[in-house]
Amino acid sequence: MVSVTLENISKYFGKVRAVENLNLKIEDGEFIALLGPSGCGKTTTLLMIAGIYKPSKGNIYFGDKIVNDLPPRDRNVGMVFQSYALYPHMKVFDNIAFPLKLRKEPKDFIKKKVQEVAELLKIEDLLDRKPSQLSGGQQQRVALGRALAKEPNVFLMDEPLANLDAKLRVIMRVELKRLQKRLGITTVYVTHDQVEAMTMADRIAVLSNGRLQQVGRSEELYNKPRNLFVAGFIGSPPMNFVDCIFVEEGDEAYLEAEAFRLRLTDSIKKILKENARSSELILGVRPEDIIISERKAEGSFEAEIYAMEPLGRDVIVNLRMNDTILKMMTSSLFKGAVGEKIWVRISLDKIHIFDKKTEFAIL
Amino acid sequence: MIKALRKAVLLIVLLGPLSALIAFTWIAPAVLTTFLSFFDVGLGLQLRPVGLGNFYRILYRDLWVPQILQTTVIYVLGVLAINSGFGLVLGILTAYFVKKESVSLFFRTAWLLPRMTPGVLYVVLWMWFVDTRYGLLNAILSMLGLPTPYSWLLSKPHSQIIMIAINGYVGASYGMIIYSAAVKSIPTDFFNAAKVDGASDLQIVRYVILPLLKWPILFVTAWQTLSLLASYEYILMVWGDTARQANVEVWALYTYDRAFWLYDYGYAAALSVFLVAAGLIMIVLYMKIFGFRRLMEPSRVEV
Ligand SMILES: Nc1ncnc2c1ncn2[C@@H]1O[C@H](COP(=O)(O)OP(=O)(O)OP(=O)(O)O)[C@@H](O)[C@H]1O
Ligand SMILES: [Mg+2]
Repeated sequence: MVSVTLENISKYFGKVRAVENLNLKIEDGEFIALLGPSGCGKTTTLLMIAGIYKPSKGNIYFGDKIVNDLPPRDRNVGMVFQSYALYPHMKVFDNIAFPLKLRKEPKDFIKKKVQEVAELLKIEDLLDRKPSQLSGGQQQRVALGRALAKEPNVFLMDEPLANLDAKLRVIMRVELKRLQKRLGITTVYVTHDQVEAMTMADRIAVLSNGRLQQVGRSEELYNKPRNLFVAGFIGSPPMNFVDCIFVEEGDEAYLEAEAFRLRLTDSIKKILKENARSSELILGVRPEDIIISERKAEGSFEAEIYAMEPLGRDVIVNLRMNDTILKMMTSSLFKGAVGEKIWVRISLDKIHIFDKKTEFAIL
Repeated sequence: MIKALRKAVLLIVLLGPLSALIAFTWIAPAVLTTFLSFFDVGLGLQLRPVGLGNFYRILYRDLWVPQILQTTVIYVLGVLAINSGFGLVLGILTAYFVKKESVSLFFRTAWLLPRMTPGVLYVVLWMWFVDTRYGLLNAILSMLGLPTPYSWLLSKPHSQIIMIAINGYVGASYGMIIYSAAVKSIPTDFFNAAKVDGASDLQIVRYVILPLLKWPILFVTAWQTLSLLASYEYILMVWGDTARQANVEVWALYTYDRAFWLYDYGYAAALSVFLVAAGLIMIVLYMKIFGFRRLMEPSRVEV
């Protein structure tokens, strides 16, 4: 096993900047997720680690060795492709055995190893079939098997669960996580599904437009997003964003939005005065940080129930104040009717504030 | 009842023209040829039944048949090696190894040139190329210090080499186009997966590309075999009536010669029947080699 370090990595395809100046250290044995929307450079990054693409700039290290010029076969990585890429003309056995065969391992060793991997993944009964005779979930296991049979130092997975149905995906999430911990292989897991990333990975690297936005554990990304993109990308339903202006009146400070005015605590005021470069800000409030108050009180606003989205245990209440719509998450015990007016307040200690221009978090 | 009738009418209407076309252009000539092969046809087209006489003549009496058969085998196998084999190499080279699209496009176009050249011009260019005194080929050979033959056209093996080269050079582009299209249709993930699995480029060709090109290879080889068995145009254009002396007379040319120079239609018809039979046997053989049952399954370019 090795650690993997990406140092100022860029990858350009002609004019397209698929990955731009990426820095990331993946510890030995760590499970890291690359998370981001479609086209943000996740697969490209993975293929650079695998050695299929050469970075246009920067260095890739396995341990403390630069591997930029090392061809894929000398890197000992295992990779599961988004399409699985099982060789259609080979039986499952031969698919899994292929990397070992290329390494010229003795026949009985190959047989033993394939059997071992097949048992681990519970596909012993499928070894005689062709990939076209397998279900999506079975194909996925075979693809895992092919990647694991060679006992890789680094394990790369490109959206391996994307083609599975919702139920199987939930099961495989846990299975993959356990498998990774058991084998202790340094793993890079690509996904555009934040739930997958948050539930499975030790750390998550959020990418957008080929650039790294933030790296951290899931609760770090959730509670301390570094910028507007991460704040909006992590969390479901997503964070509410409201354009507002910072105003001071005497000793008091407010965030003034189109629909409401939020009085700030002294500590927030201090932070804003020290760090905000302009008074144009964006307020971020997570849906669960909007709270129903029984009656009109200090700091509460009146809002109209615009729509209700029941989720079973919880309900998302869409609130309207003038032209602003906020999503509030509350228990489904809440009984409200569309059109009804209610009083709500915002948990001041949970709010996020971003600079409107730079989109960086100030608070 | 009425419904069934309707369906039948619809079938006839839809498939009728095509069936008629097939009957007219394929079945009728085949039947006619087979029919003629049992007769001796005179100059005035009077028919004299000879039973299996024509076939007996081909198998036991015709002194030219062994030589012509040998030339035909050399011709078909030789040109096939270029058309299907070298075409395969070209296809894989231009579609997999040459990563720059503009470069591979240039190569593919270069190989298409002879196809676009009118046949007569193509032949004239070849005759100039192999000309003993002024030809480029001998000039190159002597520059390299290699021996130059007295003539490239008069006798074998040189004449047969040229026969294969002329037909192979013009035919390689067909296989190349099909093969390179097939290689391009293989998802890149397979190549990437194989590289990660530890395969070199040659191993990727051996273990991934070639197995996936099975159907295109079968198709091109079968198609080329059939067209080669029936083709003689370039040979006729280059050698004319010296083909037999130069040992480049193939079965189809011999048939042509019998029919249109000697007006021995019955015998030519019997020769044609042999050719068709040879073609059918080859097709069955290919299907055996490539696995007939799989051919009946849907997807041809396997991915
Ligand atoms: N071989 C290539 N040639 C040209 N452009 C490419 C190539 N591969 C990727 N790109 C471009 O680079 C960008 C990043 O692509 P990449 O495949 O890494 O995205 P991704 O994050 O994996 O997206 P998805 O979630 O859709 O798989 C995209 O804009 C894509 O169009
Ligand atoms: Mg991708």
